[in-house]
Formats: sequence, C-alpha cells, structure tokens
Amino acid sequence: MRAISYTRATDVPGAVAAVTNDPGSSFLAGGTTEVDLLRLDVLRPNRLVDINRLPLADIEDRADGGLVIGALARMSEVAQAPGVVERYPMLSQSLLLGASAQLRHMASMGGNLMQRVRCSYYRDPESACNKRVPGSGCSALEGVHRGHAILGTSEHCIATHPSDMAVALVALDAVVQVEGVKGTRTIPVDDFFLLPDDTPEREHPLTPGELITAIEVPPLPMARRSLYLKVRDRESYEFALASAAVALALEDGVIRGVRLALGGVATKPWRAHRAEETLLGQPADEDMFARAAAAELAPAVTRPMNAFKAELARRTVVRALRTAVALRGET
Amino acid sequence: MADKGASLSVAKPSTMEIRGPDGVRMELVVNGVSRVLHLEPRVSLLDALREHMALTGTKKGCDQGTCGACTVWVDGRRVLACLTLAITCEGRDVTTIEGLTEGDELHPMQRAFLEHDALQCGYCTPGQIMSAVALLNEGHAETDREIAEWMSGNICRCAAYPHIRSAIREVRDRKTGQ
Repeated sequence: MRAISYTRATDVPGAVAAVTNDPGSSFLAGGTTEVDLLRLDVLRPNRLVDINRLPLADIEDRADGGLVIGALARMSEVAQAPGVVERYPMLSQSLLLGASAQLRHMASMGGNLMQRVRCSYYRDPESACNKRVPGSGCSALEGVHRGHAILGTSEHCIATHPSDMAVALVALDAVVQVEGVKGTRTIPVDDFFLLPDDTPEREHPLTPGELITAIEVPPLPMARRSLYLKVRDRESYEFALASAAVALALEDGVIRGVRLALGGVATKPWRAHRAEETLLGQPADEDMFARAAAAELAPAVTRPMNAFKAELARRTVVRALRTAVALRGET
Repeated sequence: MADKGASLSVAKPSTMEIRGPDGVRMELVVNGVSRVLHLEPRVSLLDALREHMALTGTKKGCDQGTCGACTVWVDGRRVLACLTLAITCEGRDVTTIEGLTEGDELHPMQRAFLEHDALQCGYCTPGQIMSAVALLNEGHAETDREIAEWMSGNICRCAAYPHIRSAIREVRDRKTGQ
C-alpha cells in the first residue's frame, strides 16, 4: 500500500471542503472496499478524509410512511431497523444476504452505493481495464467472465455491479441526498448508477468532494409484502449470480402494481422496466411471469462463460414473482 | 488547505489537521489497556496489533476481508481488523482474543472449542471464537442453520464447521440455562 495521510472530519461542510480542495483525496467510510483496493494499489489517493464520526447515521421513519436513512448507518443497523423490516422487507433481506456479519457491521449505506466492481481484472493493476485505466482495454471480454454482466454492457466494460442493497433501492425508487460545496442536491437512485457505455471509469454522477448524506425511501404500501431472492454459488457470503427484488399489488388475481429489479446480471442495479410493463394489468400467473422474464432478458448479450445467466435470471424472476404472490396469500 | 471547511463551522481547526503520511502519534485502547503508538496512517489495525503490540492472537489469513481470521471487536461489534485502519480506532474500544480470558481463566467459548475439538490446524480459531461470542450477543444462534449463516464470514479450510457449531450450541444452551 502506498503511503497516505489522514484527516478526521468533524462536520459535513468541513469534510466536503477538504476533499473538494484536495483532488488527490477521498472520503473514508467503512473502508471495506476502499482499504482493500488501496492495498491492491487499484485506488491511489494520497489522503483519506475519515467521515465515520459525522452525525449521518440516523434511520428516521417518516410520517408519510417513508424512510430517511443516514449515509453512515451501517448495513447491519439498517437491516434490523423496525421501519425497514416492516415496511421494506426486500431492503432488509437484501442487506442480510450481502457480505458477512463482520462486513455488515463495518460497511455504511453510502459506502455500499460507492463500492467498486469485483471484476478480477479491475482488481489487478497488471491487467487491462477500461474502468481502472481508460483506453487500456477490457480483459474480461476474452477472459474469465463467468460472473460478468449480460445486461447494460458495452464493448468497453462488462463488470457486474455487486451490490444487493442497491437492487432493492432501485426497485423502491429511492433518492440519494448529496452535499457539495455548492449546496445539496438529490439524485434518483436509478440515475445514480451510470451504464459503462464508452466511459466505464464514470460510475456515478458525483463530482469530486460531493458527499452522500442520506438515502430517502418513498412510501410504498405494497413493499410490506416484498422480497429479495438471491441465487449464488454458495449459500452464504457470496455475490449474486442472479437476484431479484420484487413487490406486487394484486386485485382479484390481477397485477395492479409491480416493482422488479435485478442484481448479479447487469452493469448497474437493474430496474426491470420491460418486465414491469409486461405484467401490469395482467393475471398473476406462471405464463405471464415467464413472458415478463423473457421480455426483460431479451436484450441480454452473453459470452461463452456467462451464457447460463440469461436462463438463470429468467428463472430467478419467475420464482421471485411466484413467491411474492404466495406471500400475499398469507394474510 | 483542509481548514477552509473547519473555519465555516464550530469545529476547531486542529480537528481537521492532516496527519501523516509519516508516522503519527496515536493512542489506542486494546483490551482495556491504553497504548501510545507511532504508526503511519496506512497501517491496518491487524498489523498494529500483531507487529506493534505483540498481540499475535489475531491472525492474518487473506488480508483482504474474505476469511474472517482477523475478526476483533471495535466498540463491541465484530469487524475485520485487516480492512480497518488503526488510526480510525482512536477513541474506540478494541477487543482481541487476548482480551477474552479472565486472568488464566479461559472464556466459556474457548473451553467449548477445546472440549468439542472445534479445530484442526487452529489458524482460524481466534477469529471463529471472537465471531462466535459476538454471535450469541447478537442473538442469531437459535438453530444450526442460523448459526451457519451468521458465522459464514469465518472460513475454516479444515472444515471443522460441525464441531464449531457444537461448541456454539453448548455455550448458547448454558447461557440460557437449557
């Protein structure tokens, strides 16, 4: 690891000013990605501005039924917060199915949104990687890409977005609150993650020094019966090969509302708009679920080692929808 | 240059100082004992414990947050010492496997690991035990399935998992008086 200097931030404006004024610096939150990538020499800041003591860890239930989650609330705290468990079970489940107990105690919500991809070529400074060194090429295209994305890819990058929690947030239309030297702004979470296109090094629309302060989750009554289904190589402590966050509103067996997002298969947390459009107003049956899954995966671009993911993702969608219907029948 | 932000608010300018990259003075409280160290900011809590405090009970397995051998508690929560920078622990309480014993008396979880033969090579064991005690405090050990899920961050390449679960069950049931 390169030598770094360190500053402990004591207030938000101070933290924002420190990183804005020192382009070689970065914020340090839970550190679960950042310290790892510092040691691998993938990230090379000359200074860390430690934001862990900033007062951004509250989880607030709003009167309208929504939530405001402080950016420094830890994954483990959010997963068990009563307002999350009761109102947004898909969010609680997505957090609990991610990482390990130790990492969930460390990792913050804002840091989770900022985590880097797990592509082994990105993590290896010797390999060509357009995300790490723009223009150097993508080693994954002809390399080992079993875990890589099949949706939202470009010829420059096929790295899968690794977050589970962000998949639930995309399904819930969450909003990211950001503070910069010019003030605060909000970014819908779906816009917070950028497709690689021809600029895979740009993963989000933040400018240097802008700090995530909170995540707003709008009220969504149907999310009380929602779920997160994660399919992976081992049963725990593993990234998704395919996952789905689902909430359904049914009326006499007809789908009146649906939220569906996919993880493990795309370059960003993937809101399944095509599937949602297919399902709305239709009967909640296996045939419709299969048609919706097929519609969503139709644009998939697979490669030899990850071709299985298209069928796996379709089956994950169908099973998640079927389970969501069954959940609703329990009352 | 970092003082611009501090001057905007009530924060004292000194609290936004830039420290390092050379060695800086820091005070860490480990197992209830305060220690003054002179370390570079890049030094991990794991290296600080092992190389600078001679607390070698905490093990370095992968050094990249995937194996759990370095599990310690910071302010009572189990975390990975390899992904924690030592300097971020100023003012926090750090507990390592050496802090579990009461004098020469082993912690009940340590005794249970011995009695249940919950190890072969033993390298992951300090991390397993720090995780197991935290697990019982967190309340996620009702079933074997739950224990397996909430212990999944601690890898045992000797695959002593069944005996590790037996040890945890015993301490759990003794605690609850079953």
